[in-house]
Amino acid sequence: METTAQQYGYATRRDTGSPEVSKDAAGTSRYQLMRFDLRVIASWIRPGCRVLDLGCGNGDLLDHLRKSKAVHGTGIELDEKKAAACIARGLSVLQGDINTEVRDYPTDSFDYVILSQTLQQVRDPETLLTHLLTVGRRVIVSFPNFSHWRNRLQLLFLGRAPVSRQLPYEWYDTPNIRVITLTDFKRFLHRIHVTIVRQAAINTHHHDEEGNIIRWGAGWRATYGILLIEKRGSDDRGAGSKEPAAAALSQKGN
Amino acid sequence: MGTTHPLRVQKKFFTFGDLRDGMVLDCGARLGPVTIAYETLGNLRAERNNALLILHACTGDSHVAGVYDDADERPGWWDAMVGPGKPIDTRRYFVICSNILGSCMGSTGPSSINPATGKPYGLDFPMVTIRDMVRAQRRLLEHLGIPRLLAAIGGSVGGMQVLQWCATYPELVKAAIPLATTTRHSAQAIAFNEVARQAIMADPLWRGGDYYQGEKPGLGLALARMIGHVTYLSDESMREKFGRRLLNEGGCFSFDFAGDFQVESYLRYQGKKFVERFDANSLLYITKAGDYFDLAPENGGLDNPAISGIRFLVISFTSDWLYPTYQSRELVSALKKRGCDVSFCEIEARWGHDAFLLPNARLGDIIRGFLDGLETEE
Repeated sequence: METTAQQYGYATRRDTGSPEVSKDAAGTSRYQLMRFDLRVIASWIRPGCRVLDLGCGNGDLLDHLRKSKAVHGTGIELDEKKAAACIARGLSVLQGDINTEVRDYPTDSFDYVILSQTLQQVRDPETLLTHLLTVGRRVIVSFPNFSHWRNRLQLLFLGRAPVSRQLPYEWYDTPNIRVITLTDFKRFLHRIHVTIVRQAAINTHHHDEEGNIIRWGAGWRATYGILLIEKRGSDDRGAGSKEPAAAALSQKGN
Repeated sequence: MGTTHPLRVQKKFFTFGDLRDGMVLDCGARLGPVTIAYETLGNLRAERNNALLILHACTGDSHVAGVYDDADERPGWWDAMVGPGKPIDTRRYFVICSNILGSCMGSTGPSSINPATGKPYGLDFPMVTIRDMVRAQRRLLEHLGIPRLLAAIGGSVGGMQVLQWCATYPELVKAAIPLATTTRHSAQAIAFNEVARQAIMADPLWRGGDYYQGEKPGLGLALARMIGHVTYLSDESMREKFGRRLLNEGGCFSFDFAGDFQVESYLRYQGKKFVERFDANSLLYITKAGDYFDLAPENGGLDNPAISGIRFLVISFTSDWLYPTYQSRELVSALKKRGCDVSFCEIEARWGHDAFLLPNARLGDIIRGFLDGLETEE
């Protein structure tokens, strides 16, 4: 890891190793229990900025960002119990549906909007993403990669709709109404005029709390994709002006 | 309460203004002198930054928690929430609760003596608004030497006062917790209030509000309370509490109007109990103040730019049909548009509008954590 990367809490420039697991200042044990994709996302967020976390669950990410990076965070969570738990931790959280709750914020209210592992459940992703890129300067999206080799093999050899740790549902009870692969999502971003600023493909194991970043063959090997995106032609004010080059991790092995 | 309550409180009074330099009210009238009854719990820090103002609902009083003395069997109305070690921890915060202007529980209202006549005001008492109540509270805080509130907290009409504080004195409020409330009454809420007022005014003993020398309009006031009480409960809570159970254990109808159902007897009891402690004219004035209250965003009610500096915790309850959740969501939406830091939770509760007054672990945890977060961020 490079010093500057550690200093800013980034993953290393080329995203070759784990995010700064050992460098976490507060609540290390809780941090290590945080989902691996959230740890990668946290490592991308610059200190002191404004963050909106959609589907924030129990608020682990927001709490970590608040303690380790002095981030001013807001969460939206549908579940009453989880939203209440977040507020009881002193976090600013709204109980409600993300599709409606994001509408009220003024333009550029946030430096980053995080949509982690929720995109596959969104009815109208284009409207939502476009709106997120209005209320936030940049958006970080993570989603389970449907084209992982295990999924491909299940379909190819068993003739069955894939069921995996990341997508643990049968066709009849799944909340995941969108089947997304890394390739599909990038094509979609191109179509809606959105630029990828940074991306990582990760392979997770152990209930998604551990993992590693994948450098080749991501379309086959990644369990999740994580992308930092912005509107095409956004001027580079503030938010991520020092982001590592987007091309550092171009996916060619799909 | 068998054992002695650990928290002792004392009702105090603050009086300001006289006939000539009293408060100028929203209706244009001048009111003075004005007395505000209040109670305080805990200690004000030397930095004066730990004051919480609790605003009571329509027919509440300053007695928020604790007991007055050993003989006092009923602790204050929010004793489950406020006290040492409780979510609003009086070991940590300086808690103030005052009786609203227009009430009859120690503050100046229609049953107070009009200095011009030497007799109770009755309907000569000028109409007061929620903003007038808040202005009087502001005078009390000045008197207590509190430059800024850590938080204003209140439910129902108390929640309206919280919002009015934010609209009128945003720079004096660091955080606000409006519970089970609204930015303005719906037609339905006004309708119930009007039926309650008509019940009082239809009582022949009401005599145009001038009844203080004789018998009180008890039947009208009891009826008003029965109507109000129904709006504080919910279909589910009433079904669970009473169902169609009869008073008569044999399960036979009486075939007269003396009252067969437990719910009838419960409401009659609530009405009767209320008459003993509350003044009919005060109920007229306070319900009217609630109906006049309007901070609806489309009317510019929350447009003071300094409001963006306040941290909000808005809470509604699933079974509250008097101030349903959609009204809290409209408030939240307006606050977000104004750049406020706002948290919101719709708590699942069966007890209707009254849910905010009842012991509720989730509500307690949320309020405790929110207040905690205010101090740690400093």
